[in-house]
Amino acid sequence: MSRAALLLLADGRFPAGGHAHSGGVEAAIAHQAVHDTDSLEAFCRGRLHTTGLTMAGLAAAAAAGVDPLLLDDAADARTPAPALRAVARRLGRQMMRAARATFPSEDLERLAAERPQGAHQPLVLGLAARAAGLTPLDAAHAAAYENAGGPATAAVRLLSLDPLDASGLLARLSSETDAVATAAAQAADRVAAEGIDALPSASSPLLDITGEQHAAWSVRLFAS
Amino acid sequence: MHLDHPVTMPQRHTHSAEPLSADGTRRALRVGLGGPVGSGKTASVAALCRTLRESWSIAVVTNDIYTREDAEYLLREAVLPPERITAVETGACPHTAIRDDISANLEAVEHLEETLHPLDLVLVESGGDNLTATFSKGLVDVQVFVIDVSSGDDIPRKGGPGITTADLLLVNKTDLAPHVGADLATMADDAKRQRGDLPVIFTSLTSDDGIREVADWVTAHLTEWHAKAAV
Ligand SMILES: Nc1nc2c(ncn2[C@@H]2O[C@H](COP(=O)(O)OP(=O)(O)O)[C@@H](O)[C@H]2O)c(=O)[nH]1
Ligand SMILES: [Mg+2]
Repeated sequence: MSRAALLLLADGRFPAGGHAHSGGVEAAIAHQAVHDTDSLEAFCRGRLHTTGLTMAGLAAAAAAGVDPLLLDDAADARTPAPALRAVARRLGRQMMRAARATFPSEDLERLAAERPQGAHQPLVLGLAARAAGLTPLDAAHAAAYENAGGPATAAVRLLSLDPLDASGLLARLSSETDAVATAAAQAADRVAAEGIDALPSASSPLLDITGEQHAAWSVRLFAS
Repeated sequence: MHLDHPVTMPQRHTHSAEPLSADGTRRALRVGLGGPVGSGKTASVAALCRTLRESWSIAVVTNDIYTREDAEYLLREAVLPPERITAVETGACPHTAIRDDISANLEAVEHLEETLHPLDLVLVESGGDNLTATFSKGLVDVQVFVIDVSSGDDIPRKGGPGITTADLLLVNKTDLAPHVGADLATMADDAKRQRGDLPVIFTSLTSDDGIREVADWVTAHLTEWHAKAAV
């Protein structure tokens, strides 16, 4: 197992399409729910403990070797908003392209063939982690970190926030990020005994609603 | 999504420099058009489509900073049917989408290739950025950098990756040169100094057939592309 592989996978510069997505923060900014560093921190914390936990569970389970097609259905069940399902699959397709080139593996090839239109991004991330020899907990860390880090970076661009404030808030969230990743990995560990329902299904209804609205905007900077 | 056969070439996910897909069919030549906002990229795309669309099967990908402006202009001008024009969103970072993380653009190009098969030419317009924005070779086969005389005749002298390395430099809006006091001879000299033997074309896209020389340059690349694919 390589620490460096985890850093590569979790790096915002990993070319898997994430830079064009705001994780819902563009819509939150439009509604003035996010307008400064404090409100951004609240947003990122909320996302981390809801969508973030759910995605981290899916990523950990994929890394643990749970059937990706089962996980793909579980991800659909946990993503009620059609616009966000489409985004998750589009990002999954882009993650697949990057992962196949970076960490080639039979698991990835098989899922790419079975889901040519894209599987949900967190499971592709989990399979990439598995291909890189990483643990389910590592995959959960990458997913949880991205869930807070993506919106924070997008908000820096949208609000012209001080980037140092944004990294400060991510640092303040780091122990919570660890806790979310641990909970997600433990849930993934229970799937063998308890079935797929052991995975977290925390949701954020406001993100679902605003995500659906955002997809219909005619002018926006981020794809979601 | 992936044109490559996963078993024979699992590690290849872009196609730069390969005129053939893994299934043996020829893929389209991809031409990038970059350069600062307002220099005439969309005007060039529109003029190229009008000039070349009778002879070649063409599609366009735009990378608007705010989504769909350029795509909507091309639709309004009816330079191509709507199914041949795709807009990609760039998350406020147009240069990232064409250089550092080309996933969304590659998807758009491949989708056009699949639905409009066989395509000859895909024009990818960048979102308009500063002088450092260039296209990744994983996304396009050749790139055109478009500047214009009204943004200052010292731009070729300033250089930057777009000016110095693009396969073709377009210096557009020569019709405005007398009005803004731009010295075209100096621009040509500076461009020559920065680019050596790489070509430079001066255009005025507001004049009749102002795109002709550029269209000829693209046609030459298309012909060469076909010849490579036929070998
Ligand atoms: N005078 C003049 N105007 C031009 C020329 N080419 C483009 N324009 C105008 O310049 C403006 C910006 O052009 P556009 O193609 O949208 O620039 P882009 O931002 O690079 O895509 C538009 O109003 C065009 O009509 C030209 O050769 N001469
Ligand atoms: Mg334009």
